Amino acid sequence: MSIALDQAIELVTQEADLLDHGEFTQWLSLYTTDGLYIVPIDPSGDDFEKTLNYAYDNAHMRKLRVQRLLGGRAISAMPPARTVRLLGRYRLLDSSDTWCKLRCAQILTELRQGRERYYAANITFVLVQTDTGLKIDRKIIRLLTSTEALTAVSYIL
Amino acid sequence: MLTLDPATLVGSDYADGSIYSNPDLYDMEMERIFMNTWIWVAHRSQLSEPGSFITTFVGPHPVIVSRDRKGDVHVVLNRCRHRGATVCEHKSGKASSFVCPYHGWAYGLDGALRSVPYQDGYSGQLDKAAYPLVRLRVEEYNGLIFATFNQHISSLDTWLGRARLWIDLFMKQGAGWPVKTMGEHRFTFPGNWKIQLENTTDAYHFPVVHKSFLDSVDSETQNIFDFVEGSGFVEDLGHGHSVMVMIPELVDLEANLEIPIPERFQYLADELSKDYPPEQVRRIVRAVGGSGFNLNLFPNLACSMAFFRVLRPLGVNQTEVRHIAIGMDGGPDIANEARLRLHEHFQGPMGFGTPDDSEAWDRVQRGSLAGRDIAILLNRGLGREARRESGNLFGDVSAETGMRAAYRQWLAAMTDTSFSGDAEA
Repeated sequence: MSIALDQAIELVTQEADLLDHGEFTQWLSLYTTDGLYIVPIDPSGDDFEKTLNYAYDNAHMRKLRVQRLLGGRAISAMPPARTVRLLGRYRLLDSSDTWCKLRCAQILTELRQGRERYYAANITFVLVQTDTGLKIDRKIIRLLTSTEALTAVSYIL
Repeated sequence: MLTLDPATLVGSDYADGSIYSNPDLYDMEMERIFMNTWIWVAHRSQLSEPGSFITTFVGPHPVIVSRDRKGDVHVVLNRCRHRGATVCEHKSGKASSFVCPYHGWAYGLDGALRSVPYQDGYSGQLDKAAYPLVRLRVEEYNGLIFATFNQHISSLDTWLGRARLWIDLFMKQGAGWPVKTMGEHRFTFPGNWKIQLENTTDAYHFPVVHKSFLDSVDSETQNIFDFVEGSGFVEDLGHGHSVMVMIPELVDLEANLEIPIPERFQYLADELSKDYPPEQVRRIVRAVGGSGFNLNLFPNLACSMAFFRVLRPLGVNQTEVRHIAIGMDGGPDIANEARLRLHEHFQGPMGFGTPDDSEAWDRVQRGSLAGRDIAILLNRGLGREARRESGNLFGDVSAETGMRAAYRQWLAAMTDTSFSGDAEA
Protein backbone atom coordinates (compact mmCIF):
# COMPACT_ATOMS: atom_id res chain seq x y z
CA MET A 1 0.00 0.00 0.00
CA SER A 2 1.86 3.12 -1.16
CA ILE A 3 1.66 6.25 0.96
CA ALA A 4 -1.26 8.28 -0.38
CA LEU A 5 -1.24 11.97 -1.28
CA ASP A 6 -3.72 12.88 1.45
CA GLN A 7 -1.57 11.21 4.14
CA ALA A 8 1.43 13.23 2.99
CA ILE A 9 -0.60 16.46 2.86
CA GLU A 10 -1.90 15.84 6.36
CA LEU A 11 1.63 15.69 7.82
CA VAL A 12 3.03 18.75 6.03
CA THR A 13 -0.10 20.74 6.88
CA GLN A 14 0.36 19.83 10.52
CA GLU A 15 3.97 21.04 10.28
CA ALA A 16 2.91 24.37 8.77
CA ASP A 17 0.30 24.86 11.47
CA LEU A 18 2.74 24.11 14.31
CA LEU A 19 5.33 26.55 12.91
CA ASP A 20 2.80 29.36 12.40
CA HIS A 21 1.55 28.90 15.96
CA GLY A 22 4.97 28.72 17.62
CA GLU A 23 4.63 25.08 18.68
CA PHE A 24 8.31 24.49 18.05
CA THR A 25 8.93 21.69 20.53
CA GLN A 26 6.14 19.67 19.01
CA TRP A 27 7.52 20.51 15.56
CA LEU A 28 10.78 18.75 16.46
CA SER A 29 8.90 15.48 16.95
CA LEU A 30 7.71 15.45 13.33
CA TYR A 31 11.21 14.62 12.09
CA THR A 32 13.18 11.38 11.99
CA THR A 33 16.38 11.17 14.05
CA ASP A 34 18.49 11.43 10.89
CA GLY A 35 16.18 13.97 9.30
CA LEU A 36 17.53 17.09 7.64
CA TYR A 37 15.99 20.55 7.31
CA ILE A 38 17.72 22.40 4.46
CA VAL A 39 17.39 25.88 2.99
CA PRO A 40 19.78 25.91 0.01
CA ILE A 41 21.17 28.95 -1.81
CA ASP A 42 21.88 27.31 -5.17
CA PRO A 43 18.50 26.86 -6.87
CA SER A 44 19.53 23.79 -8.84
CA GLY A 45 22.24 22.00 -6.85
CA ASP A 46 21.53 19.09 -4.58
CA ASP A 47 24.92 18.36 -2.98
CA PHE A 48 23.94 20.28 0.12
CA GLU A 49 26.68 18.96 2.38
CA LYS A 50 29.41 20.30 0.10
CA THR A 51 27.87 23.71 -0.53
CA LEU A 52 26.87 26.73 1.51
CA ASN A 53 23.22 26.83 2.56
CA TYR A 54 21.14 29.28 4.58
CA ALA A 55 20.39 26.39 6.91
CA TYR A 56 21.57 22.78 6.98
CA ASP A 57 20.07 21.42 10.19
CA ASN A 58 20.41 17.94 11.57
CA ALA A 59 18.49 16.97 14.72
CA HIS A 60 20.99 18.77 16.98
CA MET A 61 20.86 22.03 15.00
CA ARG A 62 17.06 21.90 14.82
CA LYS A 63 16.93 21.57 18.57
CA LEU A 64 19.33 24.52 18.99
CA ARG A 65 17.28 26.59 16.56
CA VAL A 66 14.13 25.93 18.59
CA GLN A 67 15.92 26.75 21.86
CA ARG A 68 17.00 30.03 20.29
CA LEU A 69 13.46 30.93 19.30
CA LEU A 70 12.00 29.99 22.67
CA GLY A 71 14.90 31.13 24.86
CA GLY A 72 14.11 34.84 24.83
CA ARG A 73 17.78 35.78 24.40
CA ALA A 74 17.86 36.49 20.66
CA ILE A 75 16.84 40.10 20.07
CA SER A 76 15.67 39.31 16.54
CA ALA A 77 13.28 36.72 17.98
CA MET A 78 11.92 38.58 21.01
CA PRO A 79 9.25 37.83 20.04
CA PRO A 80 9.80 35.85 16.83
CA ALA A 81 8.15 37.20 13.71
CA ARG A 82 4.54 36.12 13.35
CA THR A 83 3.99 34.10 10.21
CA VAL A 84 1.16 32.79 8.10
CA ARG A 85 2.05 30.23 5.47
CA LEU A 86 -0.07 28.59 2.83
CA LEU A 87 0.90 25.35 1.18
CA GLY A 88 -0.57 24.19 -2.08
CA ARG A 89 0.10 22.77 -5.56
CA TYR A 90 0.84 19.37 -4.00
CA ARG A 91 2.31 16.66 -6.17
CA LEU A 92 3.48 13.23 -5.14
CA LEU A 93 6.66 12.72 -7.15
CA ASP A 94 7.30 9.22 -5.87
CA SER A 95 5.68 6.88 -3.40
CA SER A 96 6.06 3.39 -1.96
CA ASP A 97 4.79 1.71 1.18
CA THR A 98 7.82 2.96 3.19
CA TRP A 99 8.51 6.45 1.87
CA CYS A 100 7.29 9.17 -0.48
CA LYS A 101 8.50 12.39 -2.05
CA LEU A 102 6.08 15.32 -2.04
CA ARG A 103 6.62 18.62 -3.82
CA CYS A 104 4.55 21.69 -3.09
CA ALA A 105 4.51 25.49 -3.09
CA GLN A 106 4.66 27.68 0.01
CA ILE A 107 3.72 31.33 0.28
CA LEU A 108 4.74 32.80 3.63
CA THR A 109 3.95 36.23 5.04
CA GLU A 110 5.91 37.42 8.07
CA LEU A 111 5.07 40.36 10.29
CA ARG A 112 7.64 41.89 12.57
CA GLN A 113 7.86 45.43 13.96
CA GLY A 114 5.15 46.66 11.65
CA ARG A 115 6.86 45.34 8.51
CA GLU A 116 5.31 42.67 6.31
CA ARG A 117 7.64 40.55 4.23
CA TYR A 118 6.92 37.72 1.84
CA TYR A 119 8.78 34.59 0.92
CA ALA A 120 7.69 32.18 -1.80
CA ALA A 121 9.29 28.75 -1.96
CA ASN A 122 9.15 25.37 -3.60
CA ILE A 123 9.40 22.70 -0.91
CA THR A 124 10.31 19.07 -1.39
CA PHE A 125 9.56 16.69 1.46
CA VAL A 126 10.79 13.14 1.87
CA LEU A 127 8.42 11.40 4.28
CA VAL A 128 9.07 7.96 5.73
CA GLN A 129 6.96 5.41 7.58
CA THR A 130 8.26 4.72 11.08
CA ASP A 131 7.02 2.74 14.09
CA THR A 132 5.33 5.93 15.27
CA GLY A 133 3.75 6.88 11.95
CA LEU A 134 4.75 9.08 9.05
CA LYS A 135 7.72 11.39 9.73
CA ILE A 136 9.68 14.03 7.84
CA ASP A 137 13.07 12.69 6.79
CA ARG A 138 14.02 15.65 4.64
CA LYS A 139 12.62 19.09 3.97
CA ILE A 140 14.27 21.16 1.27
CA ILE A 141 13.03 24.73 1.07
CA ARG A 142 14.01 26.35 -2.20
CA LEU A 143 13.25 30.03 -1.80
CA LEU A 144 12.32 31.81 -4.99
CA THR A 145 14.74 34.56 -3.93
CA SER A 146 17.51 32.26 -2.65
CA THR A 147 20.09 33.86 -4.94
CA GLU A 148 19.04 37.40 -3.99
CA ALA A 149 19.68 39.39 -0.84
CA LEU A 150 17.25 38.22 1.86
CA THR A 151 16.36 39.93 5.11
CA ALA A 152 16.91 38.40 8.55
CA VAL A 153 14.82 35.23 8.91
CA SER A 154 14.72 34.65 12.66
CA TYR A 155 12.07 31.95 12.47
CA ILE A 156 11.61 28.57 10.81
CA LEU A 157 10.60 28.59 7.16
CA MET B 1 20.11 73.50 -0.42
CA LEU B 2 22.05 74.53 2.65
CA THR B 3 25.75 73.97 2.37
CA LEU B 4 26.52 70.69 4.03
CA ASP B 5 29.72 70.65 6.04
CA PRO B 6 30.66 67.11 7.14
CA ALA B 7 33.17 68.56 9.60
CA THR B 8 30.28 69.85 11.72
CA LEU B 9 28.88 66.32 12.07
CA VAL B 10 31.84 64.23 13.18
CA GLY B 11 34.30 64.88 15.96
CA SER B 12 37.17 62.77 17.23
CA ASP B 13 34.94 60.80 19.61
CA TYR B 14 31.35 61.42 18.55
CA ALA B 15 29.16 61.73 15.47
CA ASP B 16 25.86 63.48 14.99
CA GLY B 17 22.93 61.08 14.65
CA SER B 18 22.04 62.56 11.25
CA ILE B 19 25.09 60.90 9.62
CA TYR B 20 22.91 57.80 9.22
CA SER B 21 19.95 59.50 7.61
CA ASN B 22 20.94 62.68 5.76
CA PRO B 23 20.39 61.96 2.04
CA ASP B 24 22.63 64.81 0.90
CA LEU B 25 25.46 63.50 3.05
CA TYR B 26 24.90 60.06 1.53
CA ASP B 27 25.20 61.45 -2.00
CA MET B 28 28.42 63.16 -0.94
CA GLU B 29 29.76 59.86 0.46
CA MET B 30 29.06 58.09 -2.81
CA GLU B 31 31.13 60.71 -4.65
CA ARG B 32 33.91 61.44 -2.19
CA ILE B 33 34.42 58.00 -0.69
CA PHE B 34 33.08 55.36 -3.07
CA MET B 35 34.39 57.03 -6.24
CA ASN B 36 37.68 58.15 -4.74
CA THR B 37 39.25 55.35 -2.81
CA TRP B 38 40.09 51.68 -3.25
CA ILE B 39 36.92 49.56 -3.15
CA TRP B 40 37.14 45.78 -2.80
CA VAL B 41 35.52 44.00 -5.75
CA ALA B 42 36.61 40.36 -5.81
CA HIS B 43 38.82 37.59 -4.51
CA ARG B 44 41.27 36.02 -6.94
CA SER B 45 39.56 32.61 -6.69
CA GLN B 46 36.36 34.08 -8.16
CA LEU B 47 38.27 34.62 -11.43
CA SER B 48 40.03 31.30 -11.51
CA GLU B 49 40.66 31.03 -15.27
CA PRO B 50 40.91 33.17 -18.40
CA GLY B 51 37.45 34.37 -19.41
CA SER B 52 36.06 34.17 -15.85
CA PHE B 53 33.99 37.16 -14.82
CA ILE B 54 31.75 38.35 -12.02
CA THR B 55 29.42 41.33 -11.89
CA THR B 56 29.40 43.49 -8.80
CA PHE B 57 29.29 47.12 -7.71
CA VAL B 58 31.66 49.92 -6.81
CA GLY B 59 29.40 51.98 -4.58
CA PRO B 60 26.25 52.41 -6.68
CA HIS B 61 28.04 51.71 -9.98
CA PRO B 62 27.56 48.29 -11.64
CA VAL B 63 30.87 46.82 -12.83
CA ILE B 64 32.20 43.68 -14.48
CA VAL B 65 35.36 42.14 -13.05
CA SER B 66 37.01 39.77 -15.51
CA ARG B 67 40.24 37.91 -16.24
CA ASP B 68 41.37 38.08 -19.85
CA ARG B 69 43.26 35.47 -21.87
CA LYS B 70 46.61 36.84 -20.74
CA GLY B 71 45.51 36.56 -17.12
CA ASP B 72 45.10 40.29 -16.51
CA VAL B 73 42.18 41.42 -14.37
CA HIS B 74 39.93 44.22 -15.62
CA VAL B 75 37.20 46.17 -13.89
CA VAL B 76 34.89 48.01 -16.29
CA LEU B 77 31.61 49.82 -15.87
CA ASN B 78 28.68 47.59 -16.84
CA ARG B 79 27.34 50.20 -19.21
CA CYS B 80 27.26 50.19 -23.00
CA ARG B 81 28.89 53.31 -24.45
CA HIS B 82 26.09 53.67 -26.98
CA ARG B 83 22.89 54.15 -24.96
CA GLY B 84 23.87 53.03 -21.49
CA ALA B 85 22.34 49.54 -21.18
CA THR B 86 24.11 46.98 -19.01
CA VAL B 87 26.07 44.57 -21.18
CA CYS B 88 26.02 41.65 -18.69
CA GLU B 89 23.40 40.53 -16.19
CA HIS B 90 24.93 37.23 -15.06
CA LYS B 91 26.37 37.12 -11.54
CA SER B 92 29.35 35.11 -12.73
CA GLY B 93 30.46 32.92 -15.60
CA LYS B 94 32.88 32.58 -18.47
CA ALA B 95 32.80 34.74 -21.57
CA SER B 96 34.98 35.82 -24.46
CA SER B 97 33.06 39.05 -25.00
CA PHE B 98 30.15 41.12 -23.69
CA VAL B 99 27.48 42.02 -26.22
CA CYS B 100 24.96 44.74 -25.49
CA PRO B 101 21.47 43.26 -25.95
CA TYR B 102 20.04 46.54 -27.26
CA HIS B 103 21.97 47.29 -30.47
CA GLY B 104 24.61 44.57 -30.44
CA TRP B 105 27.76 46.54 -29.63
CA ALA B 106 30.36 43.93 -28.67
CA TYR B 107 33.20 44.43 -26.20
CA GLY B 108 36.23 42.36 -25.28
CA LEU B 109 37.01 41.25 -21.72
CA ASP B 110 39.32 44.25 -21.40
CA GLY B 111 36.43 46.53 -22.36
CA ALA B 112 37.66 47.31 -25.90
CA LEU B 113 34.83 47.98 -28.35
CA ARG B 114 35.29 45.28 -30.99
CA SER B 115 32.32 45.52 -33.30
CA VAL B 116 29.27 47.65 -34.01
CA PRO B 117 26.43 46.34 -36.21
CA TYR B 118 25.43 48.27 -39.35
CA GLN B 119 28.41 50.60 -39.08
CA ASP B 120 27.59 52.39 -42.35
CA GLY B 121 25.10 54.52 -40.44
CA TYR B 122 28.04 56.24 -38.79
CA SER B 123 29.55 57.22 -42.17
CA GLY B 124 32.97 56.10 -41.03
CA GLN B 125 32.87 58.63 -38.20
CA LEU B 126 32.76 56.15 -35.28
CA ASP B 127 36.21 55.69 -33.77
CA LYS B 128 35.81 52.41 -31.89
CA ALA B 129 39.00 53.05 -29.92
CA ALA B 130 37.28 56.06 -28.34
CA TYR B 131 34.40 54.03 -26.91
CA PRO B 132 35.60 51.15 -24.74
CA LEU B 133 33.69 50.19 -21.62
CA VAL B 134 34.90 52.68 -19.01
CA ARG B 135 37.84 51.14 -17.16
CA LEU B 136 38.54 51.52 -13.49
CA ARG B 137 42.00 51.26 -12.01
CA VAL B 138 42.66 47.76 -10.60
CA GLU B 139 45.25 46.49 -8.15
CA GLU B 140 45.56 43.29 -6.13
CA TYR B 141 47.08 42.37 -2.80
CA ASN B 142 47.36 38.73 -1.66
CA GLY B 143 44.29 37.66 -3.63
CA LEU B 144 42.18 40.68 -2.72
CA ILE B 145 41.24 42.68 -5.84
CA PHE B 146 40.36 46.35 -5.46
CA ALA B 147 39.24 48.96 -7.98
CA THR B 148 38.93 52.73 -7.99
CA PHE B 149 37.59 55.46 -10.26
CA ASN B 150 40.42 57.69 -9.11
CA GLN B 151 43.49 57.45 -11.34
CA HIS B 152 45.57 59.67 -9.08
CA ILE B 153 45.38 58.27 -5.54
CA SER B 154 48.31 56.37 -4.14
CA SER B 155 48.82 52.67 -4.90
CA LEU B 156 46.80 49.94 -3.22
CA ASP B 157 49.92 48.85 -1.31
CA THR B 158 50.27 52.34 0.11
CA TRP B 159 46.55 52.53 0.89
CA LEU B 160 46.49 49.19 2.72
CA GLY B 161 49.79 50.02 4.41
CA ARG B 162 49.96 48.50 7.87
CA ALA B 163 46.85 46.40 7.21
CA ARG B 164 48.82 44.19 4.79
CA LEU B 165 50.44 42.20 7.59
CA TRP B 166 46.97 41.32 8.90
CA ILE B 167 45.74 40.32 5.44
CA ASP B 168 48.71 37.94 5.22
CA LEU B 169 47.84 36.48 8.63
CA PHE B 170 44.19 36.12 7.63
CA MET B 171 45.11 34.16 4.49
CA LYS B 172 46.80 31.49 6.63
CA GLN B 173 43.33 29.94 6.78
CA GLY B 174 44.32 28.17 3.57
CA ALA B 175 46.50 25.92 5.79
CA GLY B 176 49.07 25.83 2.99
CA TRP B 177 46.54 25.71 0.16
CA PRO B 178 45.35 28.83 -1.63
CA VAL B 179 42.25 30.43 -0.12
CA LYS B 180 39.09 30.10 -2.20
CA THR B 181 35.59 31.50 -1.86
CA MET B 182 32.85 28.91 -1.20
CA GLY B 183 29.56 30.71 -1.71
CA GLU B 184 27.99 33.59 0.12
CA HIS B 185 25.04 34.78 2.15
CA ARG B 186 23.53 38.08 1.03
CA PHE B 187 21.07 40.10 3.03
CA THR B 188 19.92 43.67 3.44
CA PHE B 189 19.11 45.64 6.55
CA PRO B 190 17.15 48.88 6.74
CA GLY B 191 20.00 51.09 7.91
CA ASN B 192 23.00 53.14 6.88
CA TRP B 193 26.21 51.45 5.70
CA LYS B 194 28.33 53.02 8.45
CA ILE B 195 26.38 51.13 11.13
CA GLN B 196 27.77 47.86 9.74
CA LEU B 197 31.21 49.40 9.23
CA GLU B 198 31.33 50.32 12.94
CA ASN B 199 30.14 46.88 14.04
CA THR B 200 33.14 45.00 12.66
CA THR B 201 35.48 46.20 15.38
CA ASP B 202 32.82 46.37 18.12
CA ALA B 203 33.64 43.67 20.66
CA TYR B 204 31.44 45.42 23.22
CA HIS B 205 28.20 44.21 21.58
CA PHE B 206 29.21 40.58 21.29
CA PRO B 207 28.19 39.15 24.69
CA VAL B 208 25.04 41.29 24.67
CA VAL B 209 23.73 40.77 21.14
CA HIS B 210 24.99 37.23 20.65
CA LYS B 211 23.69 35.56 23.82
CA SER B 212 21.61 33.14 21.79
CA PHE B 213 24.61 32.14 19.68
CA LEU B 214 26.72 31.62 22.79
CA ASP B 215 23.90 29.51 24.27
CA SER B 216 24.15 27.24 21.23
CA VAL B 217 27.84 26.33 21.48
CA ASP B 218 29.80 24.12 23.88
CA SER B 219 31.38 25.60 27.01
CA GLU B 220 34.90 25.49 25.56
CA THR B 221 33.77 27.60 22.63
CA GLN B 222 31.87 29.92 24.97
CA ASN B 223 35.12 30.52 26.85
CA ILE B 224 36.98 31.30 23.62
CA PHE B 225 34.31 33.89 22.75
CA ASP B 226 34.39 35.42 26.23
CA PHE B 227 36.88 38.07 25.17
CA VAL B 228 35.50 41.45 26.21
CA GLU B 229 37.61 41.59 29.35
CA GLY B 230 40.40 39.49 27.88
CA SER B 231 43.82 40.51 26.65
CA GLY B 232 42.73 41.31 23.10
CA PHE B 233 43.02 44.77 21.58
CA VAL B 234 41.83 47.08 18.81
CA GLU B 235 44.51 48.75 16.74
CA ASP B 236 44.29 51.71 14.37
CA LEU B 237 46.16 50.77 11.19
CA GLY B 238 45.83 54.12 9.43
CA HIS B 239 43.66 55.15 6.43
CA GLY B 240 40.54 54.16 8.37
CA HIS B 241 41.58 50.52 8.66
CA SER B 242 41.65 48.77 12.02
CA VAL B 243 42.01 45.34 13.52
CA MET B 244 40.22 43.90 16.53
CA VAL B 245 42.05 40.96 18.06
CA MET B 246 39.56 38.93 20.09
CA ILE B 247 41.53 35.72 20.52
CA PRO B 248 45.25 36.60 20.73
CA GLU B 249 46.39 32.97 20.54
CA LEU B 250 44.67 32.69 17.14
CA VAL B 251 46.37 35.66 15.49
CA ASP B 252 48.97 33.52 13.73
CA LEU B 253 47.32 30.24 12.76
CA GLU B 254 50.72 28.62 12.21
CA ALA B 255 52.08 29.46 15.64
CA ASN B 256 51.81 27.41 18.85
CA LEU B 257 50.22 24.44 17.06
CA GLU B 258 50.91 22.32 20.13
CA ILE B 259 47.88 23.83 21.91
CA PRO B 260 45.35 21.01 22.42
CA ILE B 261 42.77 20.62 19.66
CA PRO B 262 39.35 21.91 20.79
CA GLU B 263 36.95 19.10 21.63
CA ARG B 264 34.46 20.18 18.97
CA PHE B 265 37.11 19.53 16.29
CA GLN B 266 38.36 16.19 17.62
CA TYR B 267 36.19 14.24 15.15
CA LEU B 268 37.79 16.26 12.34
CA ALA B 269 41.31 15.62 13.61
CA ASP B 270 40.60 11.88 13.88
CA GLU B 271 39.29 11.76 10.32
CA LEU B 272 42.14 13.85 8.88
CA SER B 273 44.72 11.69 10.69
CA LYS B 274 43.92 8.89 8.25
CA ASP B 275 45.40 10.94 5.40
CA TYR B 276 47.73 13.54 6.88
CA PRO B 277 50.70 13.63 9.28
CA PRO B 278 50.01 15.00 12.80
CA GLU B 279 51.59 18.41 12.19
CA GLN B 280 49.45 19.00 9.10
CA VAL B 281 46.31 17.76 10.86
CA ARG B 282 46.87 20.39 13.53
CA ARG B 283 47.45 23.05 10.93
CA ILE B 284 44.25 22.18 9.02
CA VAL B 285 42.11 21.96 12.16
CA ARG B 286 43.49 25.29 13.37
CA ALA B 287 42.64 26.85 10.01
CA VAL B 288 39.08 25.48 10.13
CA GLY B 289 38.46 27.37 13.38
CA GLY B 290 39.33 30.67 11.71
CA SER B 291 41.46 33.64 12.72
CA GLY B 292 41.11 35.29 16.10
CA PHE B 293 40.64 38.78 14.68
CA ASN B 294 38.46 41.03 12.54
CA LEU B 295 40.31 43.24 10.09
CA ASN B 296 38.20 46.18 8.96
CA LEU B 297 39.33 47.73 5.68
CA PHE B 298 37.78 51.12 4.99
CA PRO B 299 35.25 51.44 3.46
CA ASN B 300 33.70 48.15 2.32
CA LEU B 301 35.61 44.97 3.19
CA ALA B 302 36.23 43.09 6.40
CA CYS B 303 38.37 40.00 6.78
CA SER B 304 36.26 38.83 9.66
CA MET B 305 37.55 35.82 11.62
CA ALA B 306 36.74 33.19 9.00
CA PHE B 307 34.95 34.96 6.14
CA PHE B 308 34.85 38.11 4.02
CA ARG B 309 32.20 40.65 4.97
CA VAL B 310 31.39 43.05 2.14
CA LEU B 311 29.05 45.99 2.44
CA ARG B 312 27.30 47.89 -0.32
CA PRO B 313 25.29 51.03 0.32
CA LEU B 314 21.92 50.80 -1.45
CA GLY B 315 20.58 54.09 -0.15
CA VAL B 316 20.94 56.30 2.90
CA ASN B 317 18.88 53.85 4.97
CA GLN B 318 19.41 50.56 3.14
CA THR B 319 22.56 48.42 3.03
CA GLU B 320 23.43 45.08 1.49
CA VAL B 321 25.82 42.83 3.40
CA ARG B 322 27.54 39.77 1.96
CA HIS B 323 29.14 37.09 4.09
CA ILE B 324 31.45 35.18 1.77
CA ALA B 325 32.55 31.77 3.01
CA ILE B 326 36.16 30.83 2.35
CA GLY B 327 38.03 27.54 2.38
CA MET B 328 41.11 25.68 1.26
CA ASP B 329 41.46 25.34 -2.51
CA GLY B 330 42.53 21.73 -2.86
CA GLY B 331 42.21 21.04 0.85
CA PRO B 332 40.32 18.11 2.35
CA ASP B 333 36.56 18.12 1.71
CA ILE B 334 35.78 17.31 5.32
CA ALA B 335 37.65 20.41 6.50
CA ASN B 336 35.93 22.68 3.99
CA GLU B 337 32.55 21.18 4.91
CA ALA B 338 33.26 21.88 8.57
CA ARG B 339 33.94 25.50 7.65
CA LEU B 340 30.64 25.70 5.73
CA ARG B 341 28.71 24.34 8.73
CA LEU B 342 30.40 26.86 11.06
CA HIS B 343 29.55 29.67 8.62
CA GLU B 344 25.90 28.56 8.45
CA HIS B 345 25.72 28.39 12.24
CA PHE B 346 26.49 32.08 12.82
CA GLN B 347 26.30 33.93 9.52
CA GLY B 348 23.67 34.91 7.05
CA PRO B 349 19.96 35.61 7.29
CA MET B 350 19.18 32.30 9.03
CA GLY B 351 22.31 32.10 11.18
CA PHE B 352 22.33 32.28 14.97
CA GLY B 353 24.28 35.55 14.96
CA THR B 354 23.55 37.71 11.94
CA PRO B 355 19.79 38.25 12.48
CA ASP B 356 20.53 39.66 15.92
CA ASP B 357 23.18 42.00 14.51
CA SER B 358 20.73 43.07 11.83
CA GLU B 359 18.10 43.76 14.50
CA ALA B 360 20.50 45.96 16.46
CA TRP B 361 21.49 47.95 13.34
CA ASP B 362 17.87 48.34 12.29
CA ARG B 363 17.16 49.82 15.72
CA VAL B 364 20.12 52.20 15.55
CA GLN B 365 18.73 53.52 12.26
CA ARG B 366 15.23 54.03 13.69
CA GLY B 367 16.31 55.30 17.09
CA SER B 368 18.84 57.75 15.71
CA LEU B 369 16.04 59.65 13.95
CA ALA B 370 14.74 60.74 17.37
CA GLY B 371 15.46 64.32 18.36
CA ARG B 372 18.01 66.74 16.89
CA ASP B 373 21.68 67.43 17.62
CA ILE B 374 22.18 64.33 19.75
CA ALA B 375 25.54 62.62 19.53
CA ILE B 376 26.34 59.01 18.72
CA LEU B 377 29.09 58.20 21.23
CA LEU B 378 32.41 56.88 19.96
CA ASN B 379 34.42 57.50 23.12
CA ARG B 380 34.70 54.06 24.72
CA GLY B 381 38.25 53.14 25.74
CA LEU B 382 39.70 56.62 25.16
CA GLY B 383 41.34 56.67 28.56
CA ARG B 384 43.13 53.37 28.00
CA GLU B 385 44.76 53.92 24.62
CA ALA B 386 48.50 53.79 24.00
CA ARG B 387 50.90 53.65 21.06
CA ARG B 388 52.96 50.76 19.78
CA GLU B 389 56.58 51.23 18.73
CA SER B 390 55.23 51.26 15.17
CA GLY B 391 53.23 54.35 16.08
CA ASN B 392 49.91 52.49 15.87
CA LEU B 393 47.32 53.63 18.36
CA PHE B 394 45.67 50.75 20.21
CA GLY B 395 43.08 50.23 22.91
CA ASP B 396 41.57 47.32 24.79
CA VAL B 397 39.47 44.88 22.78
CA SER B 398 36.18 46.63 23.51
CA ALA B 399 37.50 50.14 22.87
CA GLU B 400 35.93 52.13 20.04
CA THR B 401 39.38 52.80 18.61
CA GLY B 402 38.50 51.20 15.26
CA MET B 403 35.39 53.33 14.84
CA ARG B 404 37.32 56.48 15.65
CA ALA B 405 39.89 55.45 13.02
CA ALA B 406 37.17 54.90 10.41
CA TYR B 407 35.52 58.25 11.12
CA ARG B 408 38.86 60.04 10.97
CA GLN B 409 39.31 58.68 7.44
CA TRP B 410 35.67 59.42 6.62
CA LEU B 411 36.20 63.04 7.63
CA ALA B 412 39.43 63.35 5.65
CA ALA B 413 37.78 61.98 2.51
CA MET B 414 34.62 64.04 2.95
CA THR B 415 36.34 67.35 3.57
CA ASP B 416 39.37 67.15 1.28
CA THR B 417 38.15 68.64 -1.96
CA SER B 418 41.06 67.07 -3.81
CA PHE B 419 39.39 63.77 -2.85
CA SER B 420 42.53 61.95 -1.86
CA GLY B 421 42.55 62.50 1.86
CA ASP B 422 44.46 59.94 3.85
CA ALA B 423 43.99 59.99 7.60
CA GLU B 424 46.79 58.84 9.83
CA ALA B 425 46.28 57.98 13.47
